[in-house]
Amino acid sequence: MNTTRLLCCLGYILLAPFIGGLLDGIDRKLSARMQGRTGPSILQPFYDIIKLFHKQIFLVNHSQFFLVGSYLVFVIFSGALMFAGYDLLMSFFALTTAAMFLVLASCSTHSPFSAMASQRELLQMMSYEPMVLLACVGFYLATGSFQVSDIIQSNLSPIVFLPGFFIGFVYILTIKMRKSPFDISTAHHAHQEMVRGVTTEMVGSLYAITQIAEWYENVMLLGIVALFFINGNPISWPLAILGVLFVYFLETLIDNTTARLKWSKVLSSAWLVTLLFGGLNLLVLDLMIKYR
Amino acid sequence: MEILIPLLIVFPFVAAAVLSLLRHAKAREIVMYAASVIVMLLAGSLLVLWLQNGAVSVSFYVETELVDGAMLVVELFLMVLVTVLCARRHRYLIALLSIAQTCLLAWLDLWGPAVKENAHIRVDGLSLLLCLIVAVIGGLICLYAVGYMRGYHHHHKDVQDRRSFFFAMLFVFLGAMFGLVLSESLMWMDFFWEVTSICSFLLIGYTRTEEAVHNSFRALWMNLLGGLGFAVGIAYSSAVLHTVSLSEVVSLGAAIPVALLAFAALTKSAQMPFSSWLLGAMVAPTPTSALLHSATMVKAGVYMLLRLSPALCGSLTGQMVALIGGFTFFAASLLAISQSDGKKVLAYSTVSNLGLITACAGVGMHETVWAGIFLLIFHAASKSMLFQDVGAVENALGSRDIEDMQALMLRLPKLASIMVIGIAGMFLAPFGMLISKWAALKAFVDADNVVLVLLLAFGSASTMFYWTKWLGRILSISRVRLAHDVTKPNEWVSLYIHAVLMVLLCATFPLLSTWVVEPMLTGMFGESVQVLTSDNMVLMIVMLCFIFLLPACVYLFTRNLRHTYVISYMGGANAGDNNHFIDALGEKKNLQISNWYMTGYFGEKKLLLPCTILSTAVLTVMMCMILVGGVLV
Amino acid sequence: MAKLNRSPWLLHYDGSSCNGCDIEVLACLTPVYDVERFGVVNTGNPLHADILLITGGINSQNQAVVQQIYSQMPNPKVVVAVGACACTGGIFKECYNIHGGVDTTIPVDIYVPGCAARPESIIDGVVKAVGVFQEKYEKYVSENKERKRSS
Repeated sequence: MNTTRLLCCLGYILLAPFIGGLLDGIDRKLSARMQGRTGPSILQPFYDIIKLFHKQIFLVNHSQFFLVGSYLVFVIFSGALMFAGYDLLMSFFALTTAAMFLVLASCSTHSPFSAMASQRELLQMMSYEPMVLLACVGFYLATGSFQVSDIIQSNLSPIVFLPGFFIGFVYILTIKMRKSPFDISTAHHAHQEMVRGVTTEMVGSLYAITQIAEWYENVMLLGIVALFFINGNPISWPLAILGVLFVYFLETLIDNTTARLKWSKVLSSAWLVTLLFGGLNLLVLDLMIKYR
Repeated sequence: MEILIPLLIVFPFVAAAVLSLLRHAKAREIVMYAASVIVMLLAGSLLVLWLQNGAVSVSFYVETELVDGAMLVVELFLMVLVTVLCARRHRYLIALLSIAQTCLLAWLDLWGPAVKENAHIRVDGLSLLLCLIVAVIGGLICLYAVGYMRGYHHHHKDVQDRRSFFFAMLFVFLGAMFGLVLSESLMWMDFFWEVTSICSFLLIGYTRTEEAVHNSFRALWMNLLGGLGFAVGIAYSSAVLHTVSLSEVVSLGAAIPVALLAFAALTKSAQMPFSSWLLGAMVAPTPTSALLHSATMVKAGVYMLLRLSPALCGSLTGQMVALIGGFTFFAASLLAISQSDGKKVLAYSTVSNLGLITACAGVGMHETVWAGIFLLIFHAASKSMLFQDVGAVENALGSRDIEDMQALMLRLPKLASIMVIGIAGMFLAPFGMLISKWAALKAFVDADNVVLVLLLAFGSASTMFYWTKWLGRILSISRVRLAHDVTKPNEWVSLYIHAVLMVLLCATFPLLSTWVVEPMLTGMFGESVQVLTSDNMVLMIVMLCFIFLLPACVYLFTRNLRHTYVISYMGGANAGDNNHFIDALGEKKNLQISNWYMTGYFGEKKLLLPCTILSTAVLTVMMCMILVGGVLV
Repeated sequence: MAKLNRSPWLLHYDGSSCNGCDIEVLACLTPVYDVERFGVVNTGNPLHADILLITGGINSQNQAVVQQIYSQMPNPKVVVAVGACACTGGIFKECYNIHGGVDTTIPVDIYVPGCAARPESIIDGVVKAVGVFQEKYEKYVSENKERKRSS
């Protein structure tokens, strides 16, 4: 049991950037196709990262190294926790800390674009945080444990009990992945009034590190999506992968078909969806457990 | 122990009397130092003695007629004092509150129904923990106050110098707190309860400005209202249950007295309809706010609730307390977003955290009380540190606005580092508060309390928002005017001890849980459950190591990297120093960057009134339900 | 030696132009020309850019801005002047406020002629710039090595 955990954890640490990068490449290709373009190679994100690491190192101030480094380390740590089968809630707390380091790295530069974007990033965090916590609670109610290793052993896929949580989670996943209606703090596209948002002042390898951290984070989040489908039966694993791919496709589609929202709409819609889908599902689940 | 306990309670009062008579500044300071240290030593030796005696709950003093008489006299004197002060400012209703409860208690004491003989003092884990918090944090605040008040009167020439009175009041406060947490008899507890109410009233009104007087009277009436509830609760329990012992009331679990005591505790710990008094207390000099917010006053309320928690578990009163607490946690954290005054943010965060502790006590299960006690410990340490730090920053910068703390890490590096530790302690992953929140969330789910789970989820999101933006402001690096650090040595002593204490608390978290909190819970609930699994403890420690090792690692890795500094991007109009830009007319303009406050959504004007109305409605309806239900049953 | 020529990120700066070339530059990103095929991204941020694409001439107002943006680009970096105005000052050359082409202010590597420059020639210029980018990178690396050896 312990060796499997260790292997999963190591597998995540070693493979996640490749999977994340590949997914990013697929996303760019898919987006191009949806827009009627050929688009870049699927390996384009890796070319970009390699180039970024070879550029001259520019710093706005020295604390950027530490803050961006902490962002990466904490993202990896939280993902490793999850893939090693530890406490889901704990791993999300670590992820929040990681996100906070990104905001601090952006704040530390005292640049107008970064500063504005870091406030927006904070707002995004505030928007998705309740749903993230509720999703953990949902897993706990559905399977009786916060431990990922127990959640994947359950008899029924958690999504059976958690349809509302799933909708809510996919909704905030759009915010977390910086996809279109919610890409207010930084976007993957060039049409940003915030220049590059929180990453504006991160040059070369620093920017590459934030990219890699983002890939780690995406893999971890998709892992949570998979967690909705996985149960004790091995057949559920390929199903989970299909589910993840479908959700990823959905995110790309949303990204390409929606226009950006104002920050107030981001907050209110995310909280509303959380309350409506997450809250209602929670209530129903709670009653089910009480009267079973 | 029989001698040590009265000594611990009486000594601060003696120190206060000496201080109030001393007019010579130097002598007064020496007495302050000595008294603070003695208080800490006394509390420490009480702990040692208690541990030597086997660390069990012990009761003392069954026969105390003489002391009871003395207390009655003091109580009557306080009533007269309040009445006179109220009459002078034409606030007669408030005087009525005081008269009503004092008369009720006097009647009970002299001619009331016979009650069972019981011990008046009781020492157990929880009360000793509170004693230590009051002694250490409160003592440090007193040390800090010496230096701070010197600087304060240097800056505020318009305020009359009444330092003797101020210092005396601080010690009266400490003495009352010791009495309160060690009392087993509700009569005694109520006496000390009232002393803290009046003391805080006097401290808040220290500057005697219009605003201070107004706020102090608000604090007074809210606390006296709670005190009246307390008195009625005692009257009921002595008339119906024939006991005035706290532990017996809790074990009997009768709805009405428990509800009334819980109501008193809600007012004292500044829960939602009553939170305005704590926010108003900000007008007083910083030691007052630090003392009220972290170590004493508000802790008395949550201490009471934690004591009551076995009786609250599963009852309607418990639901009321949990609901009010959870709602306060959420509402106060939203309101904190819109504040830019450092002390105001701290005040809202205090209210919010107390709300969480209250909710934990209200649910009253083993895990929630565990979380509540931890929240209490961490909150006391980090909040007192933050208040003192903001006070010191204010003395140095002349402002306590968060917007003015731009690049504080460069301007006042030592104070800023302490502030970072404090803020990190309030909400960051490997530090104590967050782990308690984790336990609380789990326990709320176990308790099937959906509403609390939702409130906690939304509340922690907004908590993160206002702390992180403050942190970002401190850490943002720009060329700014350097500030002159005017912090006095005694302030440093207090701040450093706090910082070390905070880091130690975080590092020894698992030990604290096993050796301190769990035995305490075993005493309260009669059974032991391990709340924190060993897995999670290891993870916590790993994260803590990350936080401390990362800077060193990053430094080692990047030491030999060749890098060039670049000016930040301002659309090509950076004037070359990251602080100015070239405007459309070719002139150099200062770049102002500000945090978001979103007052249109989370401002006091927008939220405070609806929140107060809602919580008042909930409180009134539920109190009526409990009282009527209790009478009918 | 790493291959950097597959990921050229652009920064497009519009100097003193009639905006004709700008429209053509943007046309390169549309499905018809799809310059992202070559990994080109329009970053809008000098700190992330490899290739500075300038349309229009240099005037007294924008000279400092162009200089600053150029200085904020990390090495290796390439400058492409797009259109007649960017190359020489073009039709505005004699104006009282115009200094001339981009090369009056910063070193230019590739000149793309035309008024307005055709998207095909812009793409051709960018592809040429990518070659220069790789060359410059190699030079940058060997320079760094020498500097390290000497110190």
